[in-house]
Amino acid sequence: MQVADVTEKWTNRINTVTLGATREQGGTRGRTVTVGGETTLPFLTFEGEIPNRPAIAGLVADVVPDGWPDVLTAAVGDAIRSPAAWARRCVDDLGVDLICLKLLGADPSGRNLPPGECAKAVRAVLEAVDVPLIIWGCGDENKDNEVLPECSQAARGENCLLGSATEKNYRTMAAIGQADKHKLIGEAPVDINIAKQVNILLQDAGFDLNDVVMNQVTAALGYGFDYVYTIFERVRIAGLKGDRHMALPQIANVGWEAWKVKEALADEDVLPGWGKLKERGPRWEAATAAGYLQAGADIIVLAHPDAIKVTRESIGELMG
Amino acid sequence: MILVGERINTGFKDIKQAVLDKDPGPLREWAQKQAAAGATYLDVNLGAVSADAAVMCWMIEQVQSVVETPVSIDTNKASILAEAIKVCNKPPLINSTTAAQEKLDAFLPIAAEHNASIIGLSIDETGTPKSADGRVEKAGMVLAAATEAGIPPEHVFLDPIVMPLKYMQDQMREILEAVRQFRLFSDPPPHIICGLSNVSNGTTHKKLINRTFLVMAVGCGLDAAICDVTDGDLVDAAKTAELVMNREIYADSYIKPASA
Repeated sequence: MQVADVTEKWTNRINTVTLGATREQGGTRGRTVTVGGETTLPFLTFEGEIPNRPAIAGLVADVVPDGWPDVLTAAVGDAIRSPAAWARRCVDDLGVDLICLKLLGADPSGRNLPPGECAKAVRAVLEAVDVPLIIWGCGDENKDNEVLPECSQAARGENCLLGSATEKNYRTMAAIGQADKHKLIGEAPVDINIAKQVNILLQDAGFDLNDVVMNQVTAALGYGFDYVYTIFERVRIAGLKGDRHMALPQIANVGWEAWKVKEALADEDVLPGWGKLKERGPRWEAATAAGYLQAGADIIVLAHPDAIKVTRESIGELMG
Repeated sequence: MILVGERINTGFKDIKQAVLDKDPGPLREWAQKQAAAGATYLDVNLGAVSADAAVMCWMIEQVQSVVETPVSIDTNKASILAEAIKVCNKPPLINSTTAAQEKLDAFLPIAAEHNASIIGLSIDETGTPKSADGRVEKAGMVLAAATEAGIPPEHVFLDPIVMPLKYMQDQMREILEAVRQFRLFSDPPPHIICGLSNVSNGTTHKKLINRTFLVMAVGCGLDAAICDVTDGDLVDAAKTAELVMNREIYADSYIKPASA
């Protein structure tokens, strides 16, 4: 019996974004990481090309994160006290593709560190490891507008990924990205229309969309994950169909979000029958990551060493 | 929406004079103006000014000297196409072949060899079909021949042949129906294009008629047009129609960014 060919053919390719600059390229990285370039949906290698496998970024914070469960802080170990040591552990022991430095210390409602301190952390991580760097602000737009220009300068020429540009601060972000030759994360609050709007605004500010990675604001499994999944997927389908403002690689900050939910925080004394948190926590993170990979994430930011290991194995198996 | 800027055509007096005088000014100016307006391709038409391929090459070179937008080589002579395509920096859009076998034989191999896209008119040596069915038949022949020549459907632009509304009102619905049927040819469908300005030929309200027809044609599946890309209302209406068709994702600044 003849079986009908039901493979989809798409007309457009997702942009390719390369992060990091080697010495020849004006930076000091030992290697670069390239993401994007797909002509089909995730892992459907029989339908189109997936020239670059999804990359894993190891989450590193400039200060010890508050509110992380012992299970997670213990797994990171003493390195959690030094961004440089933490980054080295991610690269040397866990083999991550890049480092995502979250400038948590800048948060005005927390340590409220001055820009200079944050830039120090950026320099320390750049010296400690030679993989490409994602520099992510604390999320307070006013503070990030002070902190990110200085951090961007500290990493000038390293072709980092800076996060994140929103509807409010896109002009500042476009200017520092251009001045210091970095790529940008365009961010929208779980809203596909604003996601497109941010990209249009960045382009209008003179920033090349070939240098942008989209962030839909990650939600943890069980806490709005399905909404974000849908947006990832719709963005990717629109991009593959030819909407050039949507044909961009996407990033999911899983490590940061997965450890905020009860399933990754409470042990079995609070959640009887749910099993030990030591195992459940990293599994929750890895399961969230697996979901975002299926949705179309090109870069996954992860925190727990076990989640990193499992996710790398999944990517290997799915990419064949 | 794939927009092909129509303005670099010796049918326009300023371009004709510029080509006769070998004055690059107007060509470069229109190239920049149309590129800034968002043209996907810039049509370059030598018309009857010369039969010398070198003149066509000169025109294309003037365009490429100021913008990176790929060109659309507008000629019905394979000999001119063969020379002009060699000077193109990016794969061009060839405008155009008909369904006549001798045209297909001459044009398609050149398109395939240069990875170019090609417009296929739904006419042949017997003329333009009067019905939607006739157009579908001719367009189908072009698409089949293109596929056989190794040109993928996404490089084929089928043209239902737009007639002047004023003189051939009864043709409008046939044209729109043809567009609807062209979409069903393949998955993904080929592109569907038209030379838009013809619809308003001889009329008083040219822009309104162009705009209305384009929106209706987009509603039937048209995704490309050779038109006046500097007509802001036209382009905005086409972009809006694409949103209505759910071909693009809505954003507040889908027409003009807030800061513009």
